[in-house]
Amino acid sequence: MAKKSFIVVLVVALLILGSFPQAFGAEKGPYSVGAVFSVTGGASFLGEPERNTVKMIEEWVNAAGGIKGHPLKVIVEDTKSDEGQAVLSVRKLLEKDKVIAIIGPSTTGESMAVVPIMEKEKTPLISCAAALSIVTPKDEEERILSAKTFEMPRKQNKWIFKSPQTDTSAVETIYDHMKKKGISRVAIITVTVGFGDFGRKELKRVAPVYGISIVADERYGPKDSDMTVQLTKIKGTNAQAVVNWSVGPPQVIITKNWKQLDMKIPLYQSHGFGSKRNIELAGGAAEGVLCPLGRLVVAEKIKADHPQKAVIMKYKTEYEKRFKTDVSTFGGHAWDALYMVIDALKGAGPHKAKIRDYLETKIRNWPGTGGIFNISPEDHTGLKKDAFEMIFVKNGDWAFAD
Amino acid sequence: MTFSSQLIQFFFTGLTLGSIYALVALGFTMIYNSTGIINLAQGEFVMLGGLIIVFCTMVLKIPLLMAFVLTVTVVTLVGALFERLAIHPLKNASVITLIIITLAGSILFRGLAMFLWGKDPYALPPFSGGKPWHFLGASLQLQIFWILAVTVVVVFGIAFFFNHTLVGKAMTACAFNPLAARLVGIDVRKMVLFSFALSATLGAIAGALITPITLMEYERGPLLTLKGFAAAVLGGLGSGAGSIVAGFIIGILESLGAGLISSGYKDAIALLVLLVILWVKPSGLFGSAEASELKKF
Amino acid sequence: MAKKDLLPLLFITLAIAIFPVLAGGSEYFISLLVFLGINGITAMGLSLLMGYAGQISLGHAAFYGIGAYASGILTTKYSLHPLGAFFIGIFLSAFIAFLVGKPTLRLKGHYMAVATLGFGEILFIVFNELSPLTGGPSGLSGIPSLTIFGHPVEGAKYLYLVWGLVILLLLFSLNLINSRVGRALRAVHGSELAANAMGVDASRYKVQVFVLSAIYASMAGSLYAHFVTFISPSSFGLMFSILLLMMVVVGGTSTIWGSLLGAAVLTLLPEYLRAFEDFDVLAYGIILLVVLFVMPQGILQGVRRFFEGKG
Repeated sequence: MAKKSFIVVLVVALLILGSFPQAFGAEKGPYSVGAVFSVTGGASFLGEPERNTVKMIEEWVNAAGGIKGHPLKVIVEDTKSDEGQAVLSVRKLLEKDKVIAIIGPSTTGESMAVVPIMEKEKTPLISCAAALSIVTPKDEEERILSAKTFEMPRKQNKWIFKSPQTDTSAVETIYDHMKKKGISRVAIITVTVGFGDFGRKELKRVAPVYGISIVADERYGPKDSDMTVQLTKIKGTNAQAVVNWSVGPPQVIITKNWKQLDMKIPLYQSHGFGSKRNIELAGGAAEGVLCPLGRLVVAEKIKADHPQKAVIMKYKTEYEKRFKTDVSTFGGHAWDALYMVIDALKGAGPHKAKIRDYLETKIRNWPGTGGIFNISPEDHTGLKKDAFEMIFVKNGDWAFAD
Repeated sequence: MTFSSQLIQFFFTGLTLGSIYALVALGFTMIYNSTGIINLAQGEFVMLGGLIIVFCTMVLKIPLLMAFVLTVTVVTLVGALFERLAIHPLKNASVITLIIITLAGSILFRGLAMFLWGKDPYALPPFSGGKPWHFLGASLQLQIFWILAVTVVVVFGIAFFFNHTLVGKAMTACAFNPLAARLVGIDVRKMVLFSFALSATLGAIAGALITPITLMEYERGPLLTLKGFAAAVLGGLGSGAGSIVAGFIIGILESLGAGLISSGYKDAIALLVLLVILWVKPSGLFGSAEASELKKF
Repeated sequence: MAKKDLLPLLFITLAIAIFPVLAGGSEYFISLLVFLGINGITAMGLSLLMGYAGQISLGHAAFYGIGAYASGILTTKYSLHPLGAFFIGIFLSAFIAFLVGKPTLRLKGHYMAVATLGFGEILFIVFNELSPLTGGPSGLSGIPSLTIFGHPVEGAKYLYLVWGLVILLLLFSLNLINSRVGRALRAVHGSELAANAMGVDASRYKVQVFVLSAIYASMAGSLYAHFVTFISPSSFGLMFSILLLMMVVVGGTSTIWGSLLGAAVLTLLPEYLRAFEDFDVLAYGIILLVVLFVMPQGILQGVRRFFEGKG
């Protein structure tokens, strides 16, 4: 029996020692940037295009001679969409690979878990997740959430930035359009996971600013296969429009259900709808569906003189050529994040504090895939609602809504 | 929309969900009956059914009926293979080990599906085109009727199989008493293989039927497994008819719960009912108390 | 506690004491060991339930979640001291385990499995829906670090705290197993009928072990919450319950040491599988099946047989 227990300890010791070589594989590369993505797991639809994008950029930069002669090394870690793993990945990148900055994580949950570590280690983080809470200190966030009138934060976490538009901007774009159309009674239906939950909170918080009242608030799970019940309830109210907030298959199922129930009111989707595949899968039911989209999705239709045109066209054509699949806005967040770090390295050199300062002060009128960035000490996102265009589906393709 | 139309809508949604749960539950019951094993990979058979039929029709461009038959055949073979490779060698293991093995199997199937088809969802055109049918204010997709019709046919087919064919009766005998069955010359091992294969067939049919409405992707399995299992237990593990009825009950309860009480808590409602039944009458609605005592588990 | 367990126990204590030095102060390795310790605590509790009392639980992540949320909510929203929240979490878990355990543990095998599965799922939904309290799907952030006498416990100190608890619980569990209670448990596992005939109140013991395992899980959950400082319902769902189950089974259900081994394997395995990326789900399933086939009683028994076969 003693032998048995010894075996346990021995095996465990071997396992732990065995992980050492894994970790000590780090070389002393010139400019090392870490990337923490959910390449596998539930959020892989975010992490995979993000990973592909940074690898592509790394190649280009090195093929062109690196950053002022220094090769760029992007070390990608897979968090498997798990917060604990995100913590471990970040620690590994900071300690073993000694990265100068980190891009990612892909989800809000994982980002929240690593923010305290990045602040403590005084290393810049550009998250690829959208929630305001990532860049905003908790007390500031609570202040604006309980404020009498709608406000955006004025204090930001020192070392934390993010590249995606805040969901609030997407909500504002939708409400702008509704106001134009005279819609004031809205039904919302959201998924009970992070993205949907945040959208729901913002939809409710921003509504009063536009004089909109939420007459129905339905929810569904991410793996649910049918939402006719919730939509039926909405049909029984006097809502003038319905807004769905989710990503993945539920968006399509709701679109089909909306069509099946022959609902006469317009369906607005979130900016997560921005993939041609969703239109295809909906099999014709998507005609007329509205959503706010970043310009990347409709790159060809953007006017040639728009400041973003060059960036989005380049990203779209190169990504689709190389990976043989539709470009995604999520990958675009990684593009924006990495290029910001590259610019900072060019401008300020490999010093964490200088890079942080550069990001906070020099990213102005900076055209990216997500929009034109204007980062400031009060706003570590840099994008507002003008990052979005209001789009609707016409003849199986995107078209600008009026 | 009037309240009564809403109720009708909820009811039909419940029927749709119910038939899928019923088919999954029936699969559980069949395997349990002949082996005493709970196959936690049951939902994956549904997932494979959906993904494979999409592959056959959209990529290989095989006409629907033939694709349906082909899909069901392939998944049946997968079920049989699973039994041969993973269950048969370990049939003397404990309950817990067997549960874990089927769990590992489900992880494996999901990994394979992800490898073959990626993480994207896939759609199938409805079996018959045309606009939804409007009935008293409710709007029903035609696919619903396909699902109901096929389920009814399957149920009668299974009933006939178990009551009137030699193989079916042999399987039932194994359920009651494997030792006695062996004594009268029934090859119990073959019956086990058969039951897995048949369960896979049912799963595949469910998957093919539901994909036009709900799409299918590699991770759909676990939730279906959970609810189908709940239905099997509710109906009384071991009672085929019970599984079917319970499947529909859960589907309708879920639908009504979401419609009348709260859409966020709808899954909890169905599960709560399950827990109450288990605590009050674990043999389910249609199982008999003595019979469940006699069973190994 | 049997004499034979003393030596390995001392060995572990020593190993953990010098680990931070061995790891060169690496936060990465310290974090890894912290996660290992936390998972080990839950696995030990589950092992008492499954290995010794012979019951099954497919919903143990729920108790882990109760501990985590109790600690999280009480320290953020109500500014309670972490220690207070820790014990409230334990109390809550124990109470709910008692309420649920009484009717559930009367059930047999698969029925119990489904009941615990359903219970776990219901709690997951509750965590998701009670937004004002739990933060809903967006989770709860800003959970403060544990403080002892005002000093925050972080880094290597947290490692010592977690593993201190692991060793304490290990001692407790080993003592329990070798006591009258432990023997009663094993009697119940062997045959409830026989145990009852011998005067052992089977159902009472079963519920007690269930409650105990829930307490272990709650403690682990609280430690997790203070370490990661952010929790969301997705960490406490079916997947985690299954992972916990696998730790016990893979390590070996027949001993407490087995559960620690299983926790080690399943916490460290993903670190090895980093290289596999997309294939890791597949690799996971294959490895599990292989272990179950080659060593159905767990790695511990398998290695032991291997060594004993040689000697």
